[in-house]
Amino acid sequence: MWKKIKFYWQVINRPSVHYSLGFLTIGGFVMGIVFWGGFNTALEYTNTEEFCTGCHEMRDNVYQELQTTIHFSNRSGVRAKCSDCHVPHEWTDKIARKMQASKEIWGKVFGTINTREKFENKRRELAEHEWARLKANDSLECRNCHNFDFMDFTRQSTRASEQHSTALAKGEKTCIDCHKGIAHQLPDMTGVEGWD
Amino acid sequence: MRRKSREGMKGDVMMKKLFIAIGILGVMTISVHAEDIIATYRGEAALNVEDNPPVMSKVVNKDLKLKRNYPMQPPTIPHKIDNYQVDLRTNKCLSCHSRKRVEDSQAPMVSVTHFMDRDGNFLADVSPRRYFCNQCHVIQTEAKPLISNTFKDVDDLLKVKPKK
Repeated sequence: MWKKIKFYWQVINRPSVHYSLGFLTIGGFVMGIVFWGGFNTALEYTNTEEFCTGCHEMRDNVYQELQTTIHFSNRSGVRAKCSDCHVPHEWTDKIARKMQASKEIWGKVFGTINTREKFENKRRELAEHEWARLKANDSLECRNCHNFDFMDFTRQSTRASEQHSTALAKGEKTCIDCHKGIAHQLPDMTGVEGWD
Repeated sequence: MRRKSREGMKGDVMMKKLFIAIGILGVMTISVHAEDIIATYRGEAALNVEDNPPVMSKVVNKDLKLKRNYPMQPPTIPHKIDNYQVDLRTNKCLSCHSRKRVEDSQAPMVSVTHFMDRDGNFLADVSPRRYFCNQCHVIQTEAKPLISNTFKDVDDLLKVKPKK
């Protein structure tokens, strides 16, 4: 083992015999762009709706539920796709979330939610993960589109403006505290704060 | 009891047939008349034509309590309830209107009658038979009524002097 490491270190440590310095640097630079671009393209592809709904677990359960909500169909035609709410926009946060998502590949391979019954049994647990994530990052994915600074309370309904101008403005509450189940159906809410 | 003769039986059958024929004729004439008289929800359009539906009216979302037309009327919902989930898993309405939640939400609490089972015994929580809010409580829209209504408030009825 140690011999092998030593051998590779020597190969890397020695100057190149056959290739010029220019070829190596420019080639390295070009290949860097190609790989980095390829990596990001692949990463972006995993953020598309096509990718998310490629599996029946997502397509037949949560995607169907999304389609009835205002985040899918509304008066102005601006809509949210899966990754808008479930994947952070910032690069480092995004990579962290993508690494967490390796658990989802595990789930896919072993079929943890491959039937409607299994999904229903896991609904509360899965929902709680998302509530916890949004609570921890102060509903960052909501705020990527819904910016508090530009909210016009006069255009909101009485109840909405009351809550937004007090609890939300003071930072006592964050979006997800009240707006649970806005894009998917809710699980059994027994014991969830605010649902008694 | 007197046994009917064969001819008598024949006469009965004839009479029955006659009655049925008269009956059918009567129904037909009534239905022809009904077409002229009764205004239907589908409006003036002929049966084989699809009429342009009226514009969908907006839901009243003012959060102001409306008058009840009679004391026991289930109060109407003065706000939008789009996508409110009321099913086996959860009840969105109760997340504001339940006994424990009204302190935070300042929404009216579900009536105490909702805690009673059908024998009048009070339960700890909303009775299952009162769980599905939309069975009685409905939103209001700004739509004009399609058919005029002669309903009178009980107070107005009391003011009417009886005819002698």
